[in-house]
Formats: sequence, C-alpha cells, structure tokens
Amino acid sequence: MSNPEKNKQPDTGAAVQKQINRRNFISFGTFAVLGVAAFGGWKSLYNSAIETTGITGGAHKPLRRALNKSELFFRNFFSNNHLVKTYPKSMAAKKVRQNTSIGADSKLDADNWRLQVKKLSGELLAITLDEIKALPKTELIFDFKCVEGWDQIQHWGGVRFVDFVEHFGLQPETRLNYVGMETPDKGYYIGLDMDSAMHPQTILAYEMNDMPLPVGHGAPLRLIIPVKYGIKNLKRIGSINFSNHRPHDYWAEQGYDYYSGL
Amino acid sequence: MKTIKEKHSLVMRWTHWVNFPILTVMIWSGMLIYWANDEYKITIFGHTYVRFFPDWYYNLLHIPARLAEGMAFHFLFMWFFTLNGIFYVAYTIISGAWRELVPQKKSWKEAWLVLLHDLHIRKMAPPQNKYNAAQRIAYTAIIVMGIGSVVTGLAIYKPVQFYYLTWICGGYHFARIIHFALTLGYVFFFLIHVVQVVIAGWNNFRSVISGFEVVNEEPKTVTKE
Repeated sequence: MSNPEKNKQPDTGAAVQKQINRRNFISFGTFAVLGVAAFGGWKSLYNSAIETTGITGGAHKPLRRALNKSELFFRNFFSNNHLVKTYPKSMAAKKVRQNTSIGADSKLDADNWRLQVKKLSGELLAITLDEIKALPKTELIFDFKCVEGWDQIQHWGGVRFVDFVEHFGLQPETRLNYVGMETPDKGYYIGLDMDSAMHPQTILAYEMNDMPLPVGHGAPLRLIIPVKYGIKNLKRIGSINFSNHRPHDYWAEQGYDYYSGL
Repeated sequence: MKTIKEKHSLVMRWTHWVNFPILTVMIWSGMLIYWANDEYKITIFGHTYVRFFPDWYYNLLHIPARLAEGMAFHFLFMWFFTLNGIFYVAYTIISGAWRELVPQKKSWKEAWLVLLHDLHIRKMAPPQNKYNAAQRIAYTAIIVMGIGSVVTGLAIYKPVQFYYLTWICGGYHFARIIHFALTLGYVFFFLIHVVQVVIAGWNNFRSVISGFEVVNEEPKTVTKE
C-alpha cells in the first residue's frame, strides 16, 4: 500500500498531515469495506441452504462440498500400510462403552440370522455365523474413536473383511467403489469406500473381550473398522452389498461427513 | 515536527486481520464439537474449580446438539486458518521480519523488566525496536501455538493416516486435550492483547491498519519555514 521511496520528506507539517489523512482514509476505508464484505460472506454462508436429502443430507450446501473436497485431498494420504495402533490385551476396557442401538434394538432372532451378501451376478449368499467363525480369526485391540470425541481401548475378534471377501469369492465385487451394510431391520445402514473396507484391520467381529458379542454391542456380527469413526462400525449386520454409487448412510443423511475417515 | 514512520507491512496487517474472524469461527465451531463430549475440567485435590462448560454458557451461545454442523464448519475453516498461517510465516521468514519478532537471548530477562514496567512497578522500560521483549515472546508463542493447533488438529482428524503426528502429540486422547488447551490459550492471549492495545493507544492501533505511526521528530537540518 505504501512505498517509502515515494514518501519523500515533505516540506511542511501541513503536507505531512495531509499524507497522514490520506493514508488513514485509504487504509481504514479498505479495512471497513473488507470487514463488511467478510461479515456479509459469513452471513450468507451461515444462512446458506441445507442440501436436499439424498445420499447425504442435513448440511449447508457449501459445507457439504467442502467436506467432500477435503475427503478427496486427505484420501491421498490413505494407505493400507497405515495401521491403527494396537495395544496389549491388559489395556482393553472391561466395561465397553455402548452409545446407541439404532437398528439393533428389536429382539435378536439368533437362530435364523444369516448374513446376506448380494453378488454382482444377482446371486444372494446367506451365510451362517458358523461359516464365518470357521475362517481364520483376527483379534484387534485398538483405540476406538467416536465422532462425539471420546475414545476407548477395546478388544474385538473376528474375520478380516479381506479374508471374508477372498473366502466367499467376492473379488469381482471389490472392484466396485463402495460397500454398503445394513441391519436386518434396515434401521441403520452405512456406506464405505472400498479402500477403507479392504483395509487389513477392518473386521467382521463376533467376539468382544474373548466372549461372543453381547446384544448391546451388535450380536451376532458387527463391523469394526478402525479407519472410520464409530458411526460407521455397524452393529448386527444383516446384509452386505456392493456398488459403484455411494450406498445410503444413516449419519451422512444427518449432516455428518459421508466418509468420516480417520 | 510530525513524521510518518513505517511500522507494519501489508502482509502482516492482512494476515493479522484475516486470522481474527477465522480463529473466531474455529473456536466457535470447536465448541459445537466439544459439547458432544465435554469432559474437561480443572480439578485440584478432588475439588472441581472450572467445568468446561457450564450449561448456562452453552445455552447462552446456542451450542448444544450441533456436532455435525460444528464439524462441517471446522473442516472448512481449518483450510483458511492453515493457509493464512503458512502465508504469514513464509512472509516473515523470506522478508527477514522474523528478526524483529523472534525472541533474542536478552529477551527473556528483558521481558521481566517490561512486565514490571507495565505493572507500574518499574519506571523505565528497556529500549526496544519494533517489538519489546515481552511482545517478541508473546507474538512468537502465538505462532508456535497456531502450528500446535494445526498439528494436534491433524493428529485427531486423521489419527490413523497421520499416526506419527498422533504419536508425537502423546496419543489421540492427549492430542485432543492439547488442542483444547491451546484454544484456552488463544482466549487468554486475546484478553491480554486487547487490554495492551487499549493502553498503548491510538497511534499503535492505527499502525496495524494503516501500517505507520506518527512520531514527533526534531528536524535535523534546518529547512526553510
């Protein structure tokens, strides 16, 4: 704004005063104009329209765009070599925190439960818990992170999603971009990008603290995905599907980031 | 005779005033997020002195039950906060302005004298250039705190992808505490800063908008009057 070279020593005090007034006028004027513009910009962002609910919902339109763009940027840092920190079993919480039971609050019909997997061919797999338990078991003791802000070291056991995919011949399906999972009553549902689902620490868990899953923690089978917040760790999985389009997602419809990756 | 003395560069003024509303939005949206798990308090010997935050405070600012909204705002304005900070730091390094800013060896001792002076305990303040010793420490600390907020922020934003940052910050849980404590630090800084600016007066305040101060100088050479 000011170039000292130009400010040759003026001859008189009056000339200096004139220059002071001029520079004050320009700088304070600019300051006021930019200040008003910034406030106006903030107001229009704060009052911007809420998106119409589709796959995502509940967020201001510009903020939703920002969430999606931020995901695209930080996706560049995603790697299967980046593993969540694991802990010794002694550090795992005995009393595991239980936040919600959305989609899993009706009585569980354990005998008739089957995991339904929709293949690309249209074939529908109905997998029993015993079939899943027959696969190699993976245990994971890690710091579970809730979108609310709390975290807790928890101990889960189950089948890695990659092992599950391989055993049931779902490799063609994993070439699609997304995995969707739903509770049997379709009350809770999540969508995952394929990379996160295929992360080596993503497991279909049937054990917690070396015991079968309690009902409140998602019996008989739940998702444990350490590269996502808890909201994506679906309890009582009823069905799994694959798609190139983003599957619907319970919390993304309510203003949360669709990806919610960690 | 009055003379114009250049003080603050345009970049310094720009980044200073841009940072102010951005940081305000970050603190506000941060509180919307924090509310969802507001477990921090100051407890000494079993007695809780401060609980962050009391209900009346939340209700006054309409904070409750806006977690998703808070995250959406926070994860947009984090970009502006970070870019503005990078711009300022890069400018300060490249222009050499850091020499006026970063504490010197003597600053630590002098800052104490400045403090005594400001509290009217000591008459004389140590001689200074653009910033006095206390300002050097405070204004450098606030930049370090800003970097701390970005690093701890990343550590809790992507703790698996940036596991090394999370590790440096003492783990996920502790990183969140630092992130929160730094925010308290900003508020504390702001309060002191505003009081000091008011005391320092108009000429000083104007220099952060106009860039210059007006000083009274005896003309060295006699000019025709």
